[in-house]
Amino acid sequence: MKPELKKRVVKGPDGLEFEVEPLHDYYCEAPPAVHPPAYAKIVEDFLNWARAESLWVLGFGTGCGAIEMRPLMTPRFDAYRYGVQWRPTPRQANLFIVSGYLSVKTLKRAIRSYEQMQNPKYVIGLGSCTINGGMYWDSYNTIKCLDDYLPVDLYIAGCMPRPEALLAGFEELKKAIRAGKAEGANKYAEEFDWYKANQKKVIHDWDMPDYNW
Amino acid sequence: MRTLYNHLKTLFPLGELTEQRSNLAFVTLPAEHLRPALTHLRDHEGYTHLVLLTAVDWLEDEQFQLTYLLSNRTKACDLGLRILIVRPAEGMATMQSIHDLWPTAATYQRELREMFGIEFPGSPRLEEDFILEGWIDKPPYRRDFDTKKFAEESFTNRPGRETHDPEQTMKQQLYADGK
Repeated sequence: MKPELKKRVVKGPDGLEFEVEPLHDYYCEAPPAVHPPAYAKIVEDFLNWARAESLWVLGFGTGCGAIEMRPLMTPRFDAYRYGVQWRPTPRQANLFIVSGYLSVKTLKRAIRSYEQMQNPKYVIGLGSCTINGGMYWDSYNTIKCLDDYLPVDLYIAGCMPRPEALLAGFEELKKAIRAGKAEGANKYAEEFDWYKANQKKVIHDWDMPDYNW
Repeated sequence: MRTLYNHLKTLFPLGELTEQRSNLAFVTLPAEHLRPALTHLRDHEGYTHLVLLTAVDWLEDEQFQLTYLLSNRTKACDLGLRILIVRPAEGMATMQSIHDLWPTAATYQRELREMFGIEFPGSPRLEEDFILEGWIDKPPYRRDFDTKKFAEESFTNRPGRETHDPEQTMKQQLYADGK
């Protein structure tokens, strides 16, 4: 546990001393909850259509695949045509693209970022590294099966996939969202304990709250 | 390079000189003479730049080889000092720190401590994690660390992955008729 997360007594600017327990005071301790569908199917379908048409990507370059996202943003491939745009922070995004291999150290950050995103949220695994380890299949520090740790809605195969493959992937994801099949966030909430157990199995120095809300 | 070597040999008990190129050479040195040699090279011979500090694991000889690569900017000339230290089978090896000669050495020493398990007493921030976080096994760059076994035990495999021997596969593809 990091020192700044430990329970401690701090002295305020007014000279008063008070106790701070960061995990309790600064973070929400409630686990994620399942987000129920709207009261009528037609409303839910409408919401899903709206969600599909505004995919906001968290610009978190986790591996070498992030290099393919730059041409995707810029005029040549121009993903903005499809309602896909990049956001700088997890709290503004609803699509997390894990763009390549995840070392254990990066996985920790990826989990934190994913959990900070608002519902409904989707995860795309990009490249063969996220699917089965890719060329890092025998690395001492790289996870090989991303869907053990985060609920992946869609994989795009390739090493690395070209921007065209990503655009096709976005279209597939939109279809899945419109059909109401992209329920990754709910799956994460339902099987929260299983995901946490898997995450803690590889992250040996767990120094963050269980749910980083 | 040869003149410098002959001069250094009058001062320190040097080993053989290995000349890789006209402007790159390596020389072996006992560990206790490292600091005077580095100081002399830095202050009197113009080798002011520590290019890198790295290690080689000679598992069979039970030794670590540390290479201190120095560069003379004005002559565009590199000299590597090789130090052999004892490599204990378990636990940390120890070497003196040179972070006071070159502050950048502290970073290399943190890396060596994490990846090879070589301790440099007195080096700043040595105990902090460098690249790995929460590492529990033996240092991963030691040659007796079985990377593949560790990866298989720690991380789940997705079933269905096939591995082909490149030699056999290409043979099959190019010379399928056996010629």
